[in-house]
Formats: sequence, C-alpha cells, structure tokens
Amino acid sequence: MKDIGFGITMTVMGMGVTFLTLLLLIVIIRLLIKFLPYKKEEESGKDTK
Amino acid sequence: MDFWISALKALGQGFAGLSWQAAVMIAIGSVLLFLAIAKKIEPLLLLPIGFGIIIGNLPEAQLSAHYPGGIINLLYNGGILTQLFPCLLFIGLGAMIDFSPMLGNPTVLIFGAAGQFGIFLVLILALAIGFPRNEAVSIAVIGACDGPTAIFVTTKFAPTLLPAVSIAAYSYMSLVPIIQPPIMRLLTTKKERATLMSYGEKKVSRSVKILFPIITGIVTILIAPMGAPLMGMLMLGNLMRESGVIGRLVDVSQNTITNFVTLFLGLSIGASMLGGNFLKRETILIFILGALAICLDTVAGVLLGKVMRVLSHGKINPLLGAAGTSAFPMSARVVQKEGQKANPRSFLLYHAMGANTGGQIGSVMAAAVMLAIMTTIK
Repeated sequence: MKDIGFGITMTVMGMGVTFLTLLLLIVIIRLLIKFLPYKKEEESGKDTK
Repeated sequence: MDFWISALKALGQGFAGLSWQAAVMIAIGSVLLFLAIAKKIEPLLLLPIGFGIIIGNLPEAQLSAHYPGGIINLLYNGGILTQLFPCLLFIGLGAMIDFSPMLGNPTVLIFGAAGQFGIFLVLILALAIGFPRNEAVSIAVIGACDGPTAIFVTTKFAPTLLPAVSIAAYSYMSLVPIIQPPIMRLLTTKKERATLMSYGEKKVSRSVKILFPIITGIVTILIAPMGAPLMGMLMLGNLMRESGVIGRLVDVSQNTITNFVTLFLGLSIGASMLGGNFLKRETILIFILGALAICLDTVAGVLLGKVMRVLSHGKINPLLGAAGTSAFPMSARVVQKEGQKANPRSFLLYHAMGANTGGQIGSVMAAAVMLAIMTTIK
C-alpha cells in the first residue's frame, strides 16, 4: 500500500502541477496578446540568414 | 595443421556463440526492418533500431551497446546515458513546432494537461502489479507519447528498461491513428463529434511568438527545474525559429542535428536490446501498460473535451481532447479526420494543432514533476 500511496501522491502532484502550470501559461499568453496585439504591418516582416 | 584448425575455430566463433535468445532478437530486428521498409511505418526510427538489434545481438561482433569500448557503446554512453541525444532532438523539435495555433486560442492548452493523465494512472497500476518505483515511473512515461521524454526519464531511473520503453514509445506514437479513433467514437455522440468550431487562424504578433518560448522556459523551469534540459532545449529551438534572425541554425537544428541524432539514437537503442534483458515477461507487461497509458490519455482528454463543450455552450468540439497528447502531429490529424467523418464541414485541424502543441508542453511538465519527486524521494 505504501507504493500505491506514492503513486497517488505522484498523480495528484503531477496532474496538479501540470494543470496549474498550463493554466498559468494560458493567463500569460492572454496578457501577451492583449498588450502586444497583432498588427497587419507585421505581414511584411522578413527572415534574415 | 594446428594453425589451420585454430584459424577455422577463430572464424567460426560467431556461429558457435549464437544463442537462441540472440536468434530471436535477430528475428525481431528483421521484423522491425520489414515494418520500416515494406510497410513504411516510422522508418526513420525503426530502421536504425531494427538493424541495431541485429548487429548488437550478433555474437563476438563487439557491437552491443554494452560492450565496453565498442563503437556503439561509445555512442550509447555518450549520447543515451548522458541524456544528450533526447535534448538535442528537442532542439530540433522546438525548431519545427509552430505554436501559433495554440497562441491564437490558448484555451486549448488545457487539453495538454488532460492528455497526460494516462501516465499517472498507469504509474499506479504498474506499482500495484509489483514494479519498483523507478521502473513504474519509466513505464508510465510511455504515456507521454514522446520518445525523447521517455528516453530521458528511463535513462535516469531504469536504464535496463530503455530498449522496451523506447520501442514502445516510438511505436505507439505511430499507432495513434489506430489507437485513438475507437476511443473517441466510444466516448462521444455523433452530435458532439459534429460540433463546428470557428474556422480560420487567429494571427498572433511576432513579439508574442518570440516572448512565448522565453517566458515559458523561465516559468516552467522555475516550477520544475528537473525538466530544464528538455524544456530548455524545446524552447531554445522554438525561439531560434521565431526570432527569424538565425535561419542557418534553425535549418541545421531541423535537419542535420535531428537526422544525426535520430540515426545514432536508434542504432544505440537497438544495439542495447540484448536477448537476455529483453525476452522477459516484464517486457510484455511494459508494452501492454504503455498502450494502456496512451488509451487513458485519450479517454481523459476526450472527457475533458466534453466538459469544455458544456462550459463553452457547445463551441468546443470534444474531439479536441484527444489531441492533447504529445504525439505531434498525428493526434491532430486524427482529430481532423474524425471530425470530418462526423461533419464534412468541420475543420478542426488548426485547433487540434494547438492542443497537440499544448500536449508537448504538458508531457514535459508531467515528466519534470515525476523527475523532481523521484529525485527528492531518493
């Protein structure tokens, strides 16, 4: 049972941290999009080598 | 006369040393070569792995990954045991991934979390069956549906399982089009699968595309530092791509580095599959548990998709949940295909690609958390 307890702990921590991290990234991305919106002029941007 | 007898004996050593286990492994390697060449199933990986199995199991050839000083041993020790190869692969992967679909609709990122649930359920199951913790973690990570991540974790905790885990991880990634659709159809109604989502990509500014890998790298590594090698390399590759100023390095990452590493990684892993280690009851269990992990990933993702459909008042197609695995881009294509079968007007690929890239990040996070906890407990 000790190992099952370890497994449950790993599940709760693993899924919890993964979910919370991705939720945090969603918030960060939304803020980035809000403060750095897309502008049509960017379509003429070019790559350099 | 003695000289002739000694010479004949020396030349016949290979045949004399051939055990039944080696013969079986050579047969297995031949099957992988057949799948790669004739059936074109994941040839980039199965061909080097298949040939590696054959030459690694030939007696007296000194080409096993475990033969000290042999050329494949040098590759194995230098690239696999140091975890260098998976990290280099992730630079190439980051350079190839376009996060724009996910950035345009960041909500789909949440499917990348649900898509890792199978990892942890199989971890519990593996522990219940009797695998020790280090092996259970290595088996469960097959559910990450990501070869480099599976290799990275398994090398650290259970290197003896590396051949079975890596073969399972890479094989199941290519079998996603077979594994996922029945589960998707079982858990959803036709009406749900036919849900139309908004069509057309939402453009994102170049600044956001550049800042995303930098911020994601910093945030995720601060949360789970053990995942730094993988997440760091993934974000480095992506930053190089999005910066638009080092096209040469992007090109070499996408092509030369990725191809170089794929070849020698496959060869080393194949040559590490020796009959004595591989032909055991545990190997079959590993393959079964690995497949189960991916099935459970799909179940969890689709169930979350159904919840999201309700919460969004019918705007989100639950099939998107199946794209939350790290099997990029296969899962996204499966979602697109199943969506169009239910409704020919449905075009889910763009959203599914977003969820799929979210799955890539989610799988590395899940692995990083497991690494962190295992390292702390040890």
